Amino acid sequence: MFLDLFYGLRESGVPVGMQEWMMLVEALKKNLHGSNLMSFYNISRSCLVKSEAYFDAFDRVFARTFHGVEGELSASEELLDWLNDPKNFDGLTDEQRAALEHLDADELMRRYWETLEEQDERHDGGGRWVGTGGHSPFGHGGEHPTGIRVGGQSQRRSAMKVAEDRRFRDYRTDATLDIRATKLALKKLRNLTRQGPSDELDLDESIDETCRNGGEIELVFRPERINNVRLLLFMDVGGTMDPYYEPVSRLLTALHEERGLRDFKAYYFHNCIYEMVGTTADLYRKDAVPTADVLRRLDERWKCLIVGDGAMHPAELMQERGNINPRYESDTRGIDWLWRIAKHFNRSVWLNPDPKQVWDTNQTTRAISTLFPMYPLTVDGIADAVGSLVGAKPQGPKLH
Amino acid sequence: MSKPSEFEKFTGTEGYIASRALLEAVNCAVALERPLLIKGEPGTGKTLLAQHVAEGLGLPMESWHIKSTSKANEGLYVYDTVQRLNDARFGSGDVSDIRKYIRHGPLGRVFAAADRHVLLIDEIDKADLEFPNDILLELDEMRFTVMETGDEIVAKQRPVVIITSNNEKELPDAFLRRCIFHFIDFPDVNLMKEIVDVHHPNLDTTLLDQVLIKFYWLRGQNELRKKPSTSELIDWISVLLRSGISQDQMTSHLPFLGSLLKNEQDTEALSKYADSGGELPKDWSDLGPRYNQ
Repeated sequence: MFLDLFYGLRESGVPVGMQEWMMLVEALKKNLHGSNLMSFYNISRSCLVKSEAYFDAFDRVFARTFHGVEGELSASEELLDWLNDPKNFDGLTDEQRAALEHLDADELMRRYWETLEEQDERHDGGGRWVGTGGHSPFGHGGEHPTGIRVGGQSQRRSAMKVAEDRRFRDYRTDATLDIRATKLALKKLRNLTRQGPSDELDLDESIDETCRNGGEIELVFRPERINNVRLLLFMDVGGTMDPYYEPVSRLLTALHEERGLRDFKAYYFHNCIYEMVGTTADLYRKDAVPTADVLRRLDERWKCLIVGDGAMHPAELMQERGNINPRYESDTRGIDWLWRIAKHFNRSVWLNPDPKQVWDTNQTTRAISTLFPMYPLTVDGIADAVGSLVGAKPQGPKLH
Repeated sequence: MSKPSEFEKFTGTEGYIASRALLEAVNCAVALERPLLIKGEPGTGKTLLAQHVAEGLGLPMESWHIKSTSKANEGLYVYDTVQRLNDARFGSGDVSDIRKYIRHGPLGRVFAAADRHVLLIDEIDKADLEFPNDILLELDEMRFTVMETGDEIVAKQRPVVIITSNNEKELPDAFLRRCIFHFIDFPDVNLMKEIVDVHHPNLDTTLLDQVLIKFYWLRGQNELRKKPSTSELIDWISVLLRSGISQDQMTSHLPFLGSLLKNEQDTEALSKYADSGGELPKDWSDLGPRYNQ
């Protein structure tokens, strides 16, 4: 019954892990719920759920697990009423007690840490570890990597089956583009230099100078370190990029919040960059500025980041008047504009939301990747792209 | 399982009305010796909670107010090199004892103290993204080492740690996993009456009703950028009482709006509403079904 709650939560997308679960078990052992269902509800929510965004999901799973309410629960008041009704409680305590009597929290905790340590020693043993864990060798108090068995029948699962479930999917950093991870990746986008007034005490230099001065204190000040990176973003909007609107807008949010940048400019285009680029994502003609102007105003020290799938009709890239957007006309081929951009800036990268495997199958994407180092729009890809923008060595194709 | 728990229970204090869920979250954190993470709208009493937990449990309290420039190490200790350099030069102290120049931060003081403390880490989301991760180990093991001296400070009594967050930044998962979490919901009318009663006892019930009608009506307006919260309501009532406002004025007007709305646009929006002939609610029935059950 308790495990149903745990796995129900995980199935509903609530991020609950072993640690939270142990916390709840410990709380129940200490009898914090005081044999009261409402308190049990409060405590389990406090222990298991770490964001109010998941409260609703928790309510639904809780109700389904302990009440048998299937599907949607219309209002949480309904749940609260039910919780406050003492009649509903008698049946549960027995089960609760039965489940908990089988459980020795200390022993479980010890085992859990042992297993964890074992995995630390063997980095390549992931598969095996999952397999053995899945077999639940510890009887009633057994465990496997994401959960703890509390009473009940042990179901043996083969290692293969465990792998098929992909229960560790959420931990893959290349699969999810969550804001925090993206921000951390973008944080590396900095090039700290000392500029401005000297107002920070340079301790090492002060000590050196003081010694040189025969012990007479000599304070040395230096300018504070500030981030000297200027970032220029070109972003593909509309059309084939629509499915990527969500991940890309997340990237944008992350970029805007990254106030550490010295300067940041964003322009928008559809499919390919031509004579004009939009200053807003809706690409109205009145808001557009000439691309050549952008290149004139921003010198080669700007870091240029282009986000787009690079997938379009070959004519859009390779022919004059290839612009698919009727609001704009263009006399120069898209590829020439891209070439000018790539040549203008010392460092430029292309982030592609399409999976890496399909890049080569697309003619235009392939052509663009000869101009720009191209990285997938994932947390890892962003980290690589940032490395290529501010890292020691310029990577990617050489332009002639 | 039925034996009574042996730890001191927090049951709220005279000056602080807490919901049952909050009390249980606090007691859970105290018993499990885990940090308690409190989120909620500004003005719902997140910071006050720590003071009252300290009062309720009879423990001394330390606070650590986090700023955007806060570093994890500042909470543990600061090594005052400049002072030492100065003393060395002018001979005004015993510079051979480096410990004299180690100053403990809030976390360090709480660990080093002989008795159990309540530690408030206020607005943890203000700090750098990495900040919560940097104090993870110290909060978990309640110990740290002073690099300069090699001294290890181990908490004699695990403090009750209360952390507040305004949700400005997402907190790292590893950090969240170690916390007990509670979200302070906005109080409903009945709880709000209790809360007001703590601050302004013996308030005339019809006046209070009028105040609350206006208050919850304002909160229901989506045009407002910053909705008034509990602390603003308490201030508003203080002003109203001091000005000696009458029942009738309260029914038809919204006096001293400045203590409720802190945003120019919001004040404008409301005066526009009044200019265009908008009616202020006079009765609970004007507020819709949510308040009329």
